[in-house]
Amino acid sequence: MEVPILKQGQVLIATFQAALSDADLKHLRIGLVEQVVKFRSRGVIVDVTAMDVMDSFASRTLREIAQMIRLRGAETVIVGIQPEVAFAMVQLGLKLEGVATALDLEEGLEYLHEKFKETN
Amino acid sequence: MSVGELRVAINSDQDIVMARQKGRAMAMELGFSAGDATLIAAAISELARNIVSYAGRGEILLKPARGPNLTGIGIVARDDGPGIRDIPQALRDGFSTSGSLGIGLPGVKRLMDEFEINSVPGRGTMIAVKKWKP
Repeated sequence: MEVPILKQGQVLIATFQAALSDADLKHLRIGLVEQVVKFRSRGVIVDVTAMDVMDSFASRTLREIAQMIRLRGAETVIVGIQPEVAFAMVQLGLKLEGVATALDLEEGLEYLHEKFKETN
Repeated sequence: MSVGELRVAINSDQDIVMARQKGRAMAMELGFSAGDATLIAAAISELARNIVSYAGRGEILLKPARGPNLTGIGIVARDDGPGIRDIPQALRDGFSTSGSLGIGLPGVKRLMDEFEINSVPGRGTMIAVKKWKP
């Protein structure tokens, strides 16, 4: 299951279409970092609304994606974590430390644009 | 209404997604709320992940569970992998030997109502968990 990556100005938006396997997540990690380099993007939004479960591997991969992208000087925001998915993550002791999160795509974009203003 | 047993072979990371989706579907069929079904799916995901990470292959068995005044879902994860040498240690938060997890078992225990583990080094591991309907 490929995750489509949409380019909107300085921002890349990756939207999960369904539950992703480990292989899909690894693929996304490579694809996103490549595109951030290619387009010199300043921000990335990962929309996980369609993700059924965020387990240890998914959480770790999202953290890694955010860290890699930060090393490129860009910001990542995870949006759309469903309430029950968040509850399960807390119970499992999973954290997205150091990764920005927002309610939805709109708030994610707002967050990034604020960040861009700060650095301009 | 009768919901039967379901066996999901775990051979690759693709099967992790399959197992948790089947588990969620069964939980919903058994009358769990969508929220509880997500917790059950998360637990199955970690159990299946342990099989793939440590044993390579195994199976997840999903079945309705019945107690004196309770109904729920039972999940059994089985493999013939290397087994767990020190079970108390594996149940402590933050412990991992594969370097990738360290979350799995204590988290699964917190998500579920009953947790049973049997492991023989060199022979394999069996973890049986249950979640009761509130």
